[in-house]
Amino acid sequence: MTSSAQPDWCTGRVLATTPVARDVQRITIERPARGRAAPGSHLDVRVPVGDSTDVRSYSIVESDDEGLLLTISVLRVPQSRGGSTFMHSLVPGDALQVTQPLQNFPLRMGAPRYLLLAGGIGITAVAGMARALRGAGADYTLVYVGRSRDRMAYVDELAQLHGERLVLRVDDEGTPLDVAQLVRSVDAHPLRGATELYMCGPIRLMDAVRREWEAAALPPVNLRYETFGSSGWFQPVEFVVSVPQRQVQTTVRTDETVLEALIRAGVDLMYDCRKGECGLCLLDVDAVDGVLDHRDVFLSAAQKNCGRSLSTCVSRVAAPEGSSTRPWVSLMLP
Amino acid sequence: MTELMPSGKVTAKIFPHPLNAWYAAAWDHEVTSKAPMARTIAGKPMALYRTRDGRPVALADACWHRLAPLSMGKLVGNDEVQCPYHGLRYNSAGRCTAMPAQETVNPSAMVPSYPVVERYRYLWVWPGDITMADPDLIPDMHQMVDPGWAGDGLTIEAPCNYQLILDNLMDLTHEEFVHGSSIGQEELSESEFRTRLEDDGSVTVERWMLDVEPPPFWRKNIRDRFPDFEGRVDRWQIIHYYAPSTICIDVGVARAGTGAPEGDRSQGVNGYVMNTITPETDRTSHYFWAFMRNYRLDSQLITTQLREGVKGVFAEDEAMLAAQQAAIDANPGHEFYSLNIDAGGMWVRRILDRMLQAEGRALAGSAR
Repeated sequence: MTSSAQPDWCTGRVLATTPVARDVQRITIERPARGRAAPGSHLDVRVPVGDSTDVRSYSIVESDDEGLLLTISVLRVPQSRGGSTFMHSLVPGDALQVTQPLQNFPLRMGAPRYLLLAGGIGITAVAGMARALRGAGADYTLVYVGRSRDRMAYVDELAQLHGERLVLRVDDEGTPLDVAQLVRSVDAHPLRGATELYMCGPIRLMDAVRREWEAAALPPVNLRYETFGSSGWFQPVEFVVSVPQRQVQTTVRTDETVLEALIRAGVDLMYDCRKGECGLCLLDVDAVDGVLDHRDVFLSAAQKNCGRSLSTCVSRVAAPEGSSTRPWVSLMLP
Repeated sequence: MTELMPSGKVTAKIFPHPLNAWYAAAWDHEVTSKAPMARTIAGKPMALYRTRDGRPVALADACWHRLAPLSMGKLVGNDEVQCPYHGLRYNSAGRCTAMPAQETVNPSAMVPSYPVVERYRYLWVWPGDITMADPDLIPDMHQMVDPGWAGDGLTIEAPCNYQLILDNLMDLTHEEFVHGSSIGQEELSESEFRTRLEDDGSVTVERWMLDVEPPPFWRKNIRDRFPDFEGRVDRWQIIHYYAPSTICIDVGVARAGTGAPEGDRSQGVNGYVMNTITPETDRTSHYFWAFMRNYRLDSQLITTQLREGVKGVFAEDEAMLAAQQAAIDANPGHEFYSLNIDAGGMWVRRILDRMLQAEGRALAGSAR
């Protein structure tokens, strides 16, 4: 319930699946191990990818008291390498390998004021927090942002549970989120220094909030977020990566990372977190034709602007607007 | 037909401890803003310290990075502790605020921060589900701070499972055999006692010994208030248990026949033995105790005499508990059996078993 722990794999069983929004499937998994899932925790699931398996993390939306039934919700990603497609193919009775609830995004109780911000499928990480804060009688607001209402899961349930504490911001209904205004509202509040903001959503949204938060000089530790390193500023495109020191050149497909492409090409690289957090897989950029699409949270804004390094486990290269040539990047080993 | 609990279900020799509970972690004066302190509470190693403005903090005692103990680190800034190994810093919420050799901080980096409340001269921590940590659940030990009471206490690092200490305090028959030179007397095992589960979930064990010779400890106490006291007393022991592991014992003696059993204690002296036991591991416990009294409040001499006197008495318990734990471990094939005198301790075990069940950690069917 507290910090991250060693994953303890066991066989779970799909109990129910329900579509809850466009491309979003709600999946309830029954597992033998006990232990209630704390707000902000996620489940790791083994998914088949090509000939092997890989691990995907999904936030736990609901848990029963004993932690025997865990509900997640999965967005089908167009460039999926098979993870979300596999998850959408599950039917009741299917077995799958899951961990116990793991925690990288804990909610701290006892703050005088909370702001929860969910973008799209990011609601899965934040819904349990809102429920816990409501249960504790805390002062909170849940801001839920989406492109269109049919893509936004759980809107009715959330409205029923949270009433006026739920604020919906829907692009195609003419009520998009004004990030600057949102952060200004924190800054102007008497509890500005004590308000904690928890967010989960696309990287553009989170980057924008981070920038405004920094500009308002709000305490950095009060801004909490979780990223699974899966979204960027640009749509993924195929590009070429080369490592002249190893005379290696290969193509990075839309469904793989630079790190995976280089390892496939025989380059022995160091890495660990695979979600753009630890910085171990960082390589220096020698030359680039295209735009660096930084998707990590390791490099600072200044370091990203300078463009000297790339987090190879998540970041990509995109084509400049209007260009039709395939982008490429040349990287240097340390 | 009503299904009954199997015999022996709750007489586990090594009793697990609930996690969703407040446990005393330290005396208020032990934890400072000068340096963090290491202490294991309910199996969880914690680094305890105070922020610059005096607020108590309990963090998991292992850095997120390579698990070096934060309790060996130093306190920096307003509310932060710095890892002694690579300098990562954490604030009082357990969030990492600085990492070496990089411009950002990994958003995952944190250590668990346990809820802490300072009350009744102790710091109480909640090692379980933080969303359930309600300070109103801290057991009532108001005599520790009430201006109508005075006294002091100490900590025993007891080498035994916490339940053995609860057993010890819920049945004071043992005083006759363990504490013969101070508070023991034959009438203890001869007098009747009543054990009841109260509506508020607490357990009371009440025993009166009427018209008895006061044992040495009580003769001294009553003479502190009535210097010319001679003769016999009515003696009481009223044990109050509050889950999971706090026991406050209303004790005293009054001149025999002056109405103490009916509620008039004016011709006597009254003490409260305050005990709160915190499991450290399965086989070790932090046993915090104090002896409070409601007479001659301004006498530091009496406060010190009582603390030292009770310390001597409790050393006899500690020796017995250590020997009992050693015998339990040396006789793995032998079970516990219960006597009539165990009623209080058995209620405690049943209440703890229900707390464990609520956490999905019930004792096995007929676990011994």
